[in-house]
Amino acid sequence: MSDAAQSPDVRVLHPAQSRTRSFLIWPWLIALAIAVVLPWLFYDWQHARHAGFVLSMLSQMGMMVIFALSFNMLMGQAGLLSFCHSVLFGFGGYSTVHFLNAAGAGELPVPMELMPLLAGFSGLGLAIVVGYVASKQRSTAFAMITLGIVQLVTTAATMFHHFFGGEGGIKTDREIGISLFGLEYGKSIEVYYLIVAWMMIAAAAMYYHTGTPLGRMANACRDNHERAQFVGYDPRVVRFLQFALSGFFAGIGGGLFAITYEIVTFDAVAAPLAANALLMAYIGGATTFVGPVLGAVLITAMQSGVSLMSNSWLIYVGVLFIAMVTFAPAGLTGIIVAHTPIARAGLLHRLLLPYLRLLVPALLSLFGFVGVVELLSFLTIGAAQGKQLALFGHPLDIAGTTPWLVSLLCLFGGGYWLLREAARFRGVWDNLTAALPRAGAA
Amino acid sequence: MQIGLISLLDGLVYGMLLFMLASGLTLILSMMGVLNFAHASIYMLGAYFAYQISRWVGFWPALVLAPVLCGLIGAAIEVWGLRRVHHNGHIAELLFTFGLVFIIGRAVQMVWGMLPMPYRVPAGLDFPLFTLYGENFPAYRGFMLLVSAGMLCATWLLLKKTRIGLIIQASLTHPGMVSALGHNVPRVFTIVFAGGSLLAGLAGVIAGNYLTTESGMADAMGPIVFVVVIFGGLGSLAGCFIASILMGMVQTFSVVIDYSFADLLKPLGITLTANDLLGEILTIPVSRIGPLVPYALLILILLFRPRGLLGTRET
Repeated sequence: MSDAAQSPDVRVLHPAQSRTRSFLIWPWLIALAIAVVLPWLFYDWQHARHAGFVLSMLSQMGMMVIFALSFNMLMGQAGLLSFCHSVLFGFGGYSTVHFLNAAGAGELPVPMELMPLLAGFSGLGLAIVVGYVASKQRSTAFAMITLGIVQLVTTAATMFHHFFGGEGGIKTDREIGISLFGLEYGKSIEVYYLIVAWMMIAAAAMYYHTGTPLGRMANACRDNHERAQFVGYDPRVVRFLQFALSGFFAGIGGGLFAITYEIVTFDAVAAPLAANALLMAYIGGATTFVGPVLGAVLITAMQSGVSLMSNSWLIYVGVLFIAMVTFAPAGLTGIIVAHTPIARAGLLHRLLLPYLRLLVPALLSLFGFVGVVELLSFLTIGAAQGKQLALFGHPLDIAGTTPWLVSLLCLFGGGYWLLREAARFRGVWDNLTAALPRAGAA
Repeated sequence: MQIGLISLLDGLVYGMLLFMLASGLTLILSMMGVLNFAHASIYMLGAYFAYQISRWVGFWPALVLAPVLCGLIGAAIEVWGLRRVHHNGHIAELLFTFGLVFIIGRAVQMVWGMLPMPYRVPAGLDFPLFTLYGENFPAYRGFMLLVSAGMLCATWLLLKKTRIGLIIQASLTHPGMVSALGHNVPRVFTIVFAGGSLLAGLAGVIAGNYLTTESGMADAMGPIVFVVVIFGGLGSLAGCFIASILMGMVQTFSVVIDYSFADLLKPLGITLTANDLLGEILTIPVSRIGPLVPYALLILILLFRPRGLLGTRET
């Protein structure tokens, strides 16, 4: 199926082509600028206040970026599929609530700005304990140990009251009155900027880590752990260190979570959150550093946006996920990376028309699919909730045949058209990529 | 004593149910290396199909039709789904089944709604089989035992005494050699996946009315089945069987034990109060920490015996 798997040519990686680790400053500045400016684009100048929905979504994105990046330290960098990453995140959150309560009572003189650091250290502490257990194994067995751990901790969190607060979780008040900059952190915009600051620090640290010997050894153990052993490294130690460090960053994310919402429940340690990290890293692209960032932003936007509009959003996520796994295993950034040799040869314009031709049936079948799913879900769930179906701004009668007919027609007609166009597109793509080496040699 | 006997029987029923799910999963996992997250979803589908079919034509046809339907779905997943992502590696396959969990879970809610289904025990089996110390043992539980025991024998005979069983066993450990001998290993994979799904569907049919048929039943069953598979060890149906019965017993017995660790210490003259986290852990009765025990056992066995109880190789 895959063109990459069948291509017979072996490419020698020239030193100039290999990824250079020079630290480019401008992408970071652009990201920072976007993060700082973004909430002001939605500022309500008339009432002089921030749009609460957008601000909370952006805050969520910020902590999810840290979370997804730290998850990718395991999955993308070390090839370890961890289902207990939410445990490290949630533990950071639970500890922060206790730290904040202690600080509010005057027992812990730590300024608010450094609270995420404390959370990171508690994440690190738990990751050392959990990692000692989990790092004994690799690949599937590792995934299964982490599956056991996440279930164990989630069940324990609902059960024990002193640390976890049982099913109700634990609450705190973030206005502890200790700050390096004299801020109160009563407004969510202040918390948002705290999140942005820590997001940039954590992301920069994690990027730096990818270039360190440990980060490189994690890659080596992922690709061939036996060879890594022969070189003289203990893959178990590499796994352990990598796990502990990723726990540190996950803890920072959890700390920001606690500061933002001022409540932490067992949901913060439970498996669905870990699954979210997996979705973000995979859909964004686990093979690149920015992939999880992209995935975190996209999935959070989908979660906040689509889940408001439709109650079957999980089905869209499932279909997106399966489509990505099947057709683009390298994720969104993987698709972009696949275009770079074509762009370098200056042939990108030749893909424009095929893409446009692909877009029309794709949109058509997407429209049909959304229609069918929404109509179906309104037959049962929506009817029970007594809502009226409104699709793309139009109220629809689910009993009528027209919407069903149109949706099914779009889905199957568009799907068929899409399949034909996809075959055509593959031809164009193969021609282009086949022409590339010759263009490079000439 | 009376609690002991009834719990023993209940534990056996639950353990056999777990085995029905876990046996398929362990075959799929040890043969194809696919951590099939959708297995419990297929089990849920089995229960929903059985409910729907039993409303139309009755329970007994449903007992046959629903598992067959699940087996066909399993075959379709393998042929059109997993085989396509196979060359992307095990993680991609695992993620594929992960996506299926979302889709099946939501599709079930879309078709049947969010509420539990009124899927009842058939009237012909709705009577107490015998009375033990004043407590009734329902005939349906006896029927469940019968079905699962029959399934156990059938699977054992199929694997040990037939030609296809031999090939399946060989493919478990030496897929390359089996295909070199001219057998169609991908087709063996499909058969195993379909067979595993069929068993999961059957488990759903007989468990759907014993437990409840609702959209959360896959999430409730999934993790525990994984525990059983890993605990029993890969490539070993016997280990899987022992682990299933053990987990069934642990789960049923822990519910009825109302003692805590602190009670053990009382004869030594130590009394504890639930004032701090440690005290709380020690004073909580076993009946409440019951759900924790399987996961704790899983982590322990992976630490000290990574290949599981009777596993033939490292996971």
